[in-house]
Amino acid sequence: MTSAPLHIAGERLMLDPAGALHWPAQRILVVSDLHFEKGTSAAARGSLLPPYDTRETLVLLSQLIRKYGPRHVVCLGDSFHDAKGSSRLQASDLARLTQLTIETDFIWVLGNHDPLPPVGLSGTAVDEHKVGPLVFRHEAQAGRVMGEISGHFHPKATVPVRGTQVCRPCFIADGYRMMLPAIGAYTGGLDVRDVAIGSHFPRGGRVFLLGRERLYSFPIAPSRPNAGAKREYPEPVLTRG
Amino acid sequence: MTGTLPERFATWFGSRGWTARPHQLDVLAAALGGEDVLLIAPTGGGKTLAGFLPSLSELAATPREGLHTLYVSPLKALSADVARNLVVPVTDMRLDISIETRSGDTTADRRKRQRETPPNILLTTPESLAVLLSQPKSEEFFAPLRRVVIDEVHALAGTKRGDQLALCLARVAALAPGMRRIGLSATVAHREAIRRYVAPHARIIEVAGGAAPEIGMILPAGRLPWSGHMGLFSTPEILDRIRLATMTIVFVNTRAQAELVFQELWKLNFETLPIAIHHGSLEMAQRLRVEAAMSAGTLRAVVATSSLDLGIDWGSVDQVIQVGAPKGVSRLLQRVGRANHRMDEASIALLVPANRFEVLECEAAIAGVAAHELDGDAPKPGGLDVLAQHILGCACAAPFHPDALFDEIRRAAPYDALAREDFDATLAFVENGGYALQAYEQYRKLFRDSEGLLHVMSDRVMRLHRMNIGTIVEAPVLKVRYGGRGGGTLGEIEEYFVNMLVPGDTFMFAGRLLLFQRLRENVVEVTDGGTGEPKVPAYAGGRMPMTTNLASRVRAMLNTPSLWAAFPEPVREWLELQQKRSAMPGRDDLLVETFPRGDRWYLVAYCFEGRNAHQTLGMLLTRRMERFGMQPLGFVATDYVLATWSASEPTDIDRLFEQDMLGDDLEAWMDESSMLRRTFRNVAVIAGLITRNYPGMEKNRRQVTVNSDLIYDVLRKHQPGHILLRATRADAASGLTDIGRIAEMLGRIAGRVHHVILSRVSPLAVPVLLDIGRESVRTEGSDEALLEEAALVAEATGEAEPPPLRMHPSHRANLSPKRNSRQGRLFG
Repeated sequence: MTSAPLHIAGERLMLDPAGALHWPAQRILVVSDLHFEKGTSAAARGSLLPPYDTRETLVLLSQLIRKYGPRHVVCLGDSFHDAKGSSRLQASDLARLTQLTIETDFIWVLGNHDPLPPVGLSGTAVDEHKVGPLVFRHEAQAGRVMGEISGHFHPKATVPVRGTQVCRPCFIADGYRMMLPAIGAYTGGLDVRDVAIGSHFPRGGRVFLLGRERLYSFPIAPSRPNAGAKREYPEPVLTRG
Repeated sequence: MTGTLPERFATWFGSRGWTARPHQLDVLAAALGGEDVLLIAPTGGGKTLAGFLPSLSELAATPREGLHTLYVSPLKALSADVARNLVVPVTDMRLDISIETRSGDTTADRRKRQRETPPNILLTTPESLAVLLSQPKSEEFFAPLRRVVIDEVHALAGTKRGDQLALCLARVAALAPGMRRIGLSATVAHREAIRRYVAPHARIIEVAGGAAPEIGMILPAGRLPWSGHMGLFSTPEILDRIRLATMTIVFVNTRAQAELVFQELWKLNFETLPIAIHHGSLEMAQRLRVEAAMSAGTLRAVVATSSLDLGIDWGSVDQVIQVGAPKGVSRLLQRVGRANHRMDEASIALLVPANRFEVLECEAAIAGVAAHELDGDAPKPGGLDVLAQHILGCACAAPFHPDALFDEIRRAAPYDALAREDFDATLAFVENGGYALQAYEQYRKLFRDSEGLLHVMSDRVMRLHRMNIGTIVEAPVLKVRYGGRGGGTLGEIEEYFVNMLVPGDTFMFAGRLLLFQRLRENVVEVTDGGTGEPKVPAYAGGRMPMTTNLASRVRAMLNTPSLWAAFPEPVREWLELQQKRSAMPGRDDLLVETFPRGDRWYLVAYCFEGRNAHQTLGMLLTRRMERFGMQPLGFVATDYVLATWSASEPTDIDRLFEQDMLGDDLEAWMDESSMLRRTFRNVAVIAGLITRNYPGMEKNRRQVTVNSDLIYDVLRKHQPGHILLRATRADAASGLTDIGRIAEMLGRIAGRVHHVILSRVSPLAVPVLLDIGRESVRTEGSDEALLEEAALVAEATGEAEPPPLRMHPSHRANLSPKRNSRQGRLFG
């Protein structure tokens, strides 16, 4: 896995093809939209999805922590799919997550899915987290914000190639701000062409599609004038990834 | 055995100048004698009336309350039409018989009233029947039932809707032991299977086909195309034929083709003949308008896909034109039968082949029709996904014992060989997901009481189930709407296609040229107009493969030069040249040609197994070539042949086509295959793993739905033996991947591969080579390679910076700050 360097507000950040961000200077690992216990949340509504999503996401998170050895892990919100998610963790998953939070300092940025701090887990719950020139929050703010790292929208992008297309979750950035892809096993994505994302990148930017071994970078055009109108956007629409 | 009409009926027939047809009287006698019946008759044979005569006669003799006859058809439009036709004799004869329809469109009030006071005759669809059966009082409702009439059995048996109907009828039979069945079918290839589907001992009453259809072929003026599937070359000839007829249906094979043919026709349609378009993606209101115009006789032609294959009689249609390959004899007959719905007059049809191979296919189909050699796959065993949906439906109606339900289900023909362990695994899936990890005790849908009866857990489970009944799964689609508030909706296109569009692109849809403005949630906003080469919406799986029978006929024709004299001259010359330069594909062998061209080696295999099978074979074969060091670069599949190209010369062809291809390569490919993912999605939706509709959550549906690909990945990793993955593989064997057909072929050709090494391309290989570049050449599992290619192009054209150098992590610290800042500037 080859990570790619990128500068936001002058800080050098490494993008990991698994969908995480590492800030070497501060030894901070950033992940977004883990959506733990999305499976059980769907089960409560009547869809008995395979109950292995939390385990799958945790394996990935552990691998990332082992790889980078960060001092802090910043979870950019929607770490749990709903407010009661942490109470539904399987015993083995809970043990694993507890262990991770003991070994490393977790900063739980709260999101719309998990407005309350997770119960029984170590770490600090915050609405937003500032370090140096960077601010970590769940949802991007309107207007131009320098140094903002956010999640929430689950960006994904589609690249047409040779009469077919490849669709992947992606990072999207423009030098001022960056959005991280969702990292949870059951999280879908919202197309970066959707106005909900595009309006935050009025002058265009770049996407970095997650590949197996590396990232694939493509430019995206500035959003069309009529697409930038300000309005209240609904929750991210989780389309097929 | 021939019955006689009751007097009242005879008088009524007489008053209209009719006499009952022999088969109608035969059905009447057999049914009144307590037999199950399968009536096989061509369109226009008075089949529907034959199906209802026994019930009308019984009810006329002894009027009564409660449900007497249930009529099920695959189309709700058909039910409504039949109901209208049925009311005529009932009113004329002043019979005391109540007739009603019930479908998804029936109002809640009316549905409630129907449950409380059932009509004597209820006309419905498989889905609505399943909903009725899931109601708690279904036992009382169905108890008085005497007869079920299943219309268009041939269109239902072997499909998932057919599986669902068979299960429902097994249920109905348990609730109403005296019930008898009448199946109505078009002429079919697998009579026995259809008979078993209706009832094990059903008496078959068959009407000899009326006048044989007159089928001709139209070739384009000038050059006969080497490749292509759209048939646009022949537009002037098609328009000429439309002018000569009263009302023509122009059948095509895909929705994309419908859009293109429609556009081309209008480019030449100077006298503005009323020509319309009809396909499954168009807004329902628009389709209904077209159908109404057809009924009213105000149209001269309609360009249609299979959306008009079935359905009510359009009396005025006097000509059918099939553009592109007919794909199968039965399918062609079905379409041809849409013209002239009177048995004693010949239907008139014209075939328009789009390329040379299709000329052969058309000749084969015409010969097949003349020989009454029907085709199509035999119905396959029922799907476990449909079974899961049915089990939950049964629980919603009343508690059941697994043993009793298993016995009942085995009485449905598609499930007569169901293994108990498969039933138990499916039941476990319904109960609590059937996962190795017992995570869902608190969310289980069924619970067992002390006597072993299974009960549904809650009203909520029932409500959710009823909202999600049905086995038709649409591909993910987005609405197409004119921009701005209150813009009209034109229809739906597949998300897959939308993903290829960027704002400013032009595409063809609903017979218009549209400019893609933007994407907003699940709506594609468009305006009229746009310039440049328009894209045409492609629909995944829109093409059906050629049937095995037709393929054998084409192969046989290639091997019988004496037949060639009847072919158009360019085709004859083409075949003669092939014989001289290379060889003809044999009847039982596999001809494989290899030749160099440019800096590549081509391998062309003449398998004739249909496009789906060839695509799967292409994936497997290129993986194998990779392992054998032949450096494959890509492949392209048509209905007839498979072609691969590689950097090295393919040798040892026998080994390449050995049967073990279906071993490891298949497993590895299944991890990645988008076909299997699509199959899994259908299975997961039907089985109820993915819930389509939630109460009061219509708007947010997409938010609560988890992407089935993600579920597939997680499930394959953590529980590869799960029942839904098994159901997916079973479906894939015959469906999109057609693995069954490949396995059969590999067995047949073992030791009989005829390898011809050529110095240049053979005449027969030209069409497929021309398809390269035109067809999407998707080598599955190589998304990464495609991304790599796209990224490379972006770099070369200056749109992107090269990827960072790969280096050992310990060297990363040595990256010069200069290089970093260069990377950073990109985003400033």
